[in-house]
Amino acid sequence: MSNFFTSSIGKKFIMSLTGLFLIVFLIIHLTVNSMIVWDSSGELFNRAAHFMDVNIAISIIEPILAIGVILHLIYASIITLQNQLKRNVNYAALGRYKKRDVTKESNWPSRNMYILGAVIITFLVIHLINFYWKMKFSGDPLLEEATAAGGNVENAFALVTNKFQIWWYVGIYVIGSIALCLHLYHGVWSAFQTLGWSNRKWRNIFNVIGVLISVVLGGGFAFIALFVYIQSLI
Amino acid sequence: MTVLDSKIPEGPLADKWTNHKNSLKLVSPANKKKMEIIMVGTGVAGAAAAASLGQMGYKVKVFCYQDSPRRAHSVAAQGGINASKNYRNDNDSDYRLFYDMLKGGDFRAREANVYRAAEVSNSIIDQLTAQGVPFAREYGGTLATRSFGGVQVSRTFYASGQTGQQVLLGSYTALKRQIAKGNVTMYSRRQMLDIVVKDGQTQGIVCRNLVTGEMERYAAHAVVLATGGYGTIYFLSTLAVNASGAAAYTAYKRGAFFANPSFIQIHPSCIPQLNEYQSKLTLMSESLRNDGRVWVPKEKGDKRKPGDIPVEERDYYLERRYPAFGNLVPRDIASRAAKERCDAGYGVGETGYAVYLDFADAIKAQGKKTIKAKYGNLFDLYQKITGENPYQQPMKIYPAGHYTMGGIWVDYNLMTTVPGLFAIGEANFSDHGANRLGASSLMQGSGDGYFILPYTIGGYLADKIKSKPLSTDDPEFEKVENEAKNKIERLMNIKGNTSPLAFHKKLGKIMWDHAGMARNEEGLKKGLKEVTDLEEEFYKDLKLTGDTSSMNQPLEKALRVAASFEISRLMLRDALNRKESCGAHFREEYQTEDGEAMRNDDQYMYVAAWQYKGDGKEPVLHKEELKFEFVTPTKRSYK
Amino acid sequence: MKLTLKIWRQKSPKDEGKFETYQLDNASQDMTFLEMLDAMNEKLISEDKDPVAFEHDCREGICGSCAMMINGKPHGPGKEITTCQLNMKAFKDGDTIMVEPWRTNSFPIIKDLVVDRSAFEKIMEAGGFIDVDVAAVPDANAYPVEKHKAEEAFDAAECIGCGACVAACKNSSAMLFVAAKVSQYALLPQGKIEGVQRAWNMLMKMDELGFGSCANTGACETECPKGISLAHIARLNREFIKAGFTKLAGEKR
Repeated sequence: MSNFFTSSIGKKFIMSLTGLFLIVFLIIHLTVNSMIVWDSSGELFNRAAHFMDVNIAISIIEPILAIGVILHLIYASIITLQNQLKRNVNYAALGRYKKRDVTKESNWPSRNMYILGAVIITFLVIHLINFYWKMKFSGDPLLEEATAAGGNVENAFALVTNKFQIWWYVGIYVIGSIALCLHLYHGVWSAFQTLGWSNRKWRNIFNVIGVLISVVLGGGFAFIALFVYIQSLI
Repeated sequence: MTVLDSKIPEGPLADKWTNHKNSLKLVSPANKKKMEIIMVGTGVAGAAAAASLGQMGYKVKVFCYQDSPRRAHSVAAQGGINASKNYRNDNDSDYRLFYDMLKGGDFRAREANVYRAAEVSNSIIDQLTAQGVPFAREYGGTLATRSFGGVQVSRTFYASGQTGQQVLLGSYTALKRQIAKGNVTMYSRRQMLDIVVKDGQTQGIVCRNLVTGEMERYAAHAVVLATGGYGTIYFLSTLAVNASGAAAYTAYKRGAFFANPSFIQIHPSCIPQLNEYQSKLTLMSESLRNDGRVWVPKEKGDKRKPGDIPVEERDYYLERRYPAFGNLVPRDIASRAAKERCDAGYGVGETGYAVYLDFADAIKAQGKKTIKAKYGNLFDLYQKITGENPYQQPMKIYPAGHYTMGGIWVDYNLMTTVPGLFAIGEANFSDHGANRLGASSLMQGSGDGYFILPYTIGGYLADKIKSKPLSTDDPEFEKVENEAKNKIERLMNIKGNTSPLAFHKKLGKIMWDHAGMARNEEGLKKGLKEVTDLEEEFYKDLKLTGDTSSMNQPLEKALRVAASFEISRLMLRDALNRKESCGAHFREEYQTEDGEAMRNDDQYMYVAAWQYKGDGKEPVLHKEELKFEFVTPTKRSYK
Repeated sequence: MKLTLKIWRQKSPKDEGKFETYQLDNASQDMTFLEMLDAMNEKLISEDKDPVAFEHDCREGICGSCAMMINGKPHGPGKEITTCQLNMKAFKDGDTIMVEPWRTNSFPIIKDLVVDRSAFEKIMEAGGFIDVDVAAVPDANAYPVEKHKAEEAFDAAECIGCGACVAACKNSSAMLFVAAKVSQYALLPQGKIEGVQRAWNMLMKMDELGFGSCANTGACETECPKGISLAHIARLNREFIKAGFTKLAGEKR
C-alpha cells in the first residue's frame, strides 16, 4: 500500500479526496456567510459564527481541515513539479507566442490548476489573517460583544461588513472567488474521474455538478462581498 | 521425377493431421531450453508462433523492421477470420470450409494442407477469445458471425472492420507475455538481409540494425520466416509501403524454392487511385459486399450522378452474371468483372476506372443505424479519404493488389527445401491455391503460428538436440555478412540520379500493366524485358544519400526494391509458364466464351516451384503434382 | 502549391537538433501529408541532402507508425486521424508548416522525426496481456460477453499505440495508452480475473518509465486518432485504487 501513495494515481487519489473534503467545508462556509445577506442586522450571522466557534465537532474538524489544505497543497506541488520534469524540450510550434496552441485540446483551468491553486492559497492567507486570526486569537475592536438571542457573542458581522466596505479588499476577495470558481470548474469532475467514479454517462453529470458547485461557491463568496460593498455605497 | 517431397501423410483426409501429429517426434522440456529458434516477422503468424514456441520452452529470438511487433501489416486486415464453428447451425463443417477454400483457390492447393487449415480454425477462435480479442457479439453474449465472398454459410468472426488489428494484438499480447517471461527476446528495427546456410542446414541470419546501421549475426537451430507477401510489387497496393517480400526472396537465393509466384490476389473493393501522387491504396473490406450492391450504368459513359440513374438503367453485373453468389462472388471473379466493365467503357468516376458499391437498398431495408453498427468505421475511413459520404451516395471502388498466394515452397511440415528453414503465413504458398477466399488469411496465419508450426518444428529439432547453433564467428557468417555489406556498398556507390522510390513506381507500373489482373504472352514477355531493363538502369542510376552507419530509410527502400526486381521477373516467368487461367492468374488466351477463366487440369495441375541457379541464370522449374484423392476438381462456377 | 516547411532535423540520438527550413514548390492539395514529405525527400535526395527520416508503414491509419507534431498538433489538424490520413487540403498555398517529433523524455529522438517508443513496449510487457497459455482455453462461447461491454472493450482495443496521447499531454502522461489496455481487459470476463493486478503492474511501470501523471485535461482524448474515451482512464483509476486497497487488506495477489 505504501507505494500506492507514491504512484501517480495514488497521489492524485489524495488530491481528489482532500479536494472533495475542502469543497464540503466551503459549502458550509458559504452557508454561514450567506447569513450576512439574509439578515442585515447581523444577528443570524453572529450566532452562526459563534456556533462554529464553540461547537466541539467543528473544533475537531478544524485541524483535519488544516491538514487537508496542507496535504492538497503539498501533493499539488509534488505532482506539478514532477510533471514539469517530463518534457525537457518543449514544442516550438507556430503560433502567436511561438507556443503550441492547445486551446482546442483542453480548457484553460484544467491546464492551470496549480496557478489557480496558488492564487487561492494567497487569498486564503490574506483571508485568514483578516478574519480567522482576529476572531480566534488576536481580537479586534470591531469584534466587541454583540447581542444575540441566547447570550452575547462576538460581533463577527461587524468585522466582516467593515472589511467589505474597502474596495481593494473586495477586489482581492472577488479575484480569489474567480480563481476558486475556475479551480473547481475542473477540480470537481476531475476528482470524481480520478476516484474512478466516472464513465461515459456520469462524466457529463459530474461536469454539470462541477459547473454548479464552481458557480455557486465562487459566485456566492464574490456575491456576498459585493453585496455588502454595494450596500455600503447606497 | 521431382525433387519435391511434400511429405503429406497417408490416411483419410480428416485423420491426416492427427496421425501426423502423433508420429512427430518431440523435444523434451530440458532440451527445449537449449534449442534456439529465430522468427523473422511479427504479423499474426510470426507473433503467434513465437508466443507458442516461447510457451513450449524454446529459446526464441524475434525480429521485425518496425519499432514494435504490433505494427506488422496483419493489423490492416479488416473483414474477419473464418472458422467452421457452425455457430449459426447453417450446416457448416471442417469439410465445407476445406472445400470452399480449395474451390476458391481453383484447385491449385494441396488437399491435406487446406483440410488442416480448416481443422484448426475453431481452436483459433477459442484462443483469440481467451486472449481478449473483442469479437462482435450477439445480444445473448455469444459470438456473432457474418458472410464472406465465395461462401454460402456465415462463418466469419469479426471485430467491426478492424479484425486484423484485434487478431494481431491478440498474438502480439501473447508474444509480450512470453517476452515478459523471458522466453522470447525481441529485436525490433532490424532488416533481415540474408540467411546463413551451412552443411545443408539453416544456421542463422544476418541483419542490419536500422538505428545504428551495424550488421548483426544471429545463430539458431532453425529459422522461421513469417515475412508476409510481396503485393507492393505493383507499387500501389493495399499493403504497407515497407512490405516487400525481400526477406522471402533471400531464402529463395539460399536454396528455398519459390512456389507459384504469379498467384497474386487483386482485391476487388479498394478506393480507386485518386491522383498521380498516391503512395498507397486503401482496402474497403469484402464484408461490405454482404450488404452493398455492385453496379455500373447500363449506358456507356453515363455521366449522371448515381442517384439520378434509375434502377432499370443500372447494370448489377455481379448479380446478373453470377445469380447464385451475386455480390458475394470470390475476389478474383469480382475483380475481373469490374475490370471487364471498365475496360468496356462502363466505368464511373473521373477516370472511368471505378464501379459503384451501393448501400442505398441496405440502408432502406435495415436502417442507417444497423449499417453504421456493421461498417461504421469503414464508412468513416472512406469518407476521410474521398470526402464523399457513403451513407448518401454509393462508394466508388476498383481492384488493387492485395495478397500473394504464392510464396516460399513448404512441405506439410511448413519446412522449405532448405532444412531448418520454415515459412509460415503469407510468406509460404501452401493453403490458398490460385486465389484466397476472404477472411482466410488471418485464419491461415494464426493456424500456422499457434497450432501447426510449433508441432512440426519439433519434429525437425528433435534430431538436433545434440548440436549447438553455429558460432556467429564462423567463416560462413563472416562470408554472408560481407556479401550483405558489399550489396549495400554497391547500392551506395552507384551515385546516380534516381531515388529508390522513383524506381519502385516505375516497376509497379510495368507489373500492373503486364502482370496485373489480366495477362497475355506478349505482355508478359514485354514485361520481362522492361523489368530487366529497369533493373539495369537501377544499378546504374540509383541515388542514395546519407551514410550506412545510422538510420537511412532510402537505403532500406533500395534493398527492398532490388529484391522486387528479381521477384518481378520470377513472377512474370511463372505467369508465362502457366498457360491456363486459374484463380487470380488470368491469361487472356485461355478464357471461355463468356470471359470466365479456363483451367487446364491436364497440364497444369501442379505447383510451380522455382529453384534459384545463380544471378543471370534461368531458374529451374520443379513441378509438384497436385493429387486430388478426396474431391474431384470441378469447373469453378459461382453462377 | 508552394509550402515552407520547418522541420526538426537531428542526425542521431546524441546529436543536437535544430529546425531547418525547406521550400517545396510542387506540393499538391491532392497529396496526403506523407506523400508531401515523400515529395520533399525526393527533392532533398536530388539535392544530395539527407532526406527527413519519419516512420510510416500501413498508410491507412491502423499501424500507428506515423507520428509527428504538425503545427503544434499531434497528427496535424483534423479530428481522429493519423498523420498518414492527413490530407494536404488542410493547408493553403503559401503556408508555413512546422513539423516536430513527439517531445517527451520517455520517447528519445532517434533521428529527425523518428522517436523511440519502446517505453510502450515495456508497459505492455508489464501486464498488457491476458495470462493464458496457447491451447489452454475453453470454447469461445463458454463465456458470454454482454454486447455493449464487448463494444466498449473494442472501443478501447482500437488503440494503435502511436503515442499521440503522450505527445499531447502537458505532463507527458501515458494514461490513455495504459487505460485502453486495462479497460479492454477489465470489461471482458476472460480478462477481469487479473484486471486489478494488471492495472497495478502497468501503471507502476508507466510511472517508472518517466511518464507524468494524469491531469484529466482531456487533451489525449481530443488528439487520439481513434477517439479513445477518458471513460477508460476512469476505469483504470478504479481498477488501480481497488488494487491499492486489496494490497492494504493484505490479500496476496
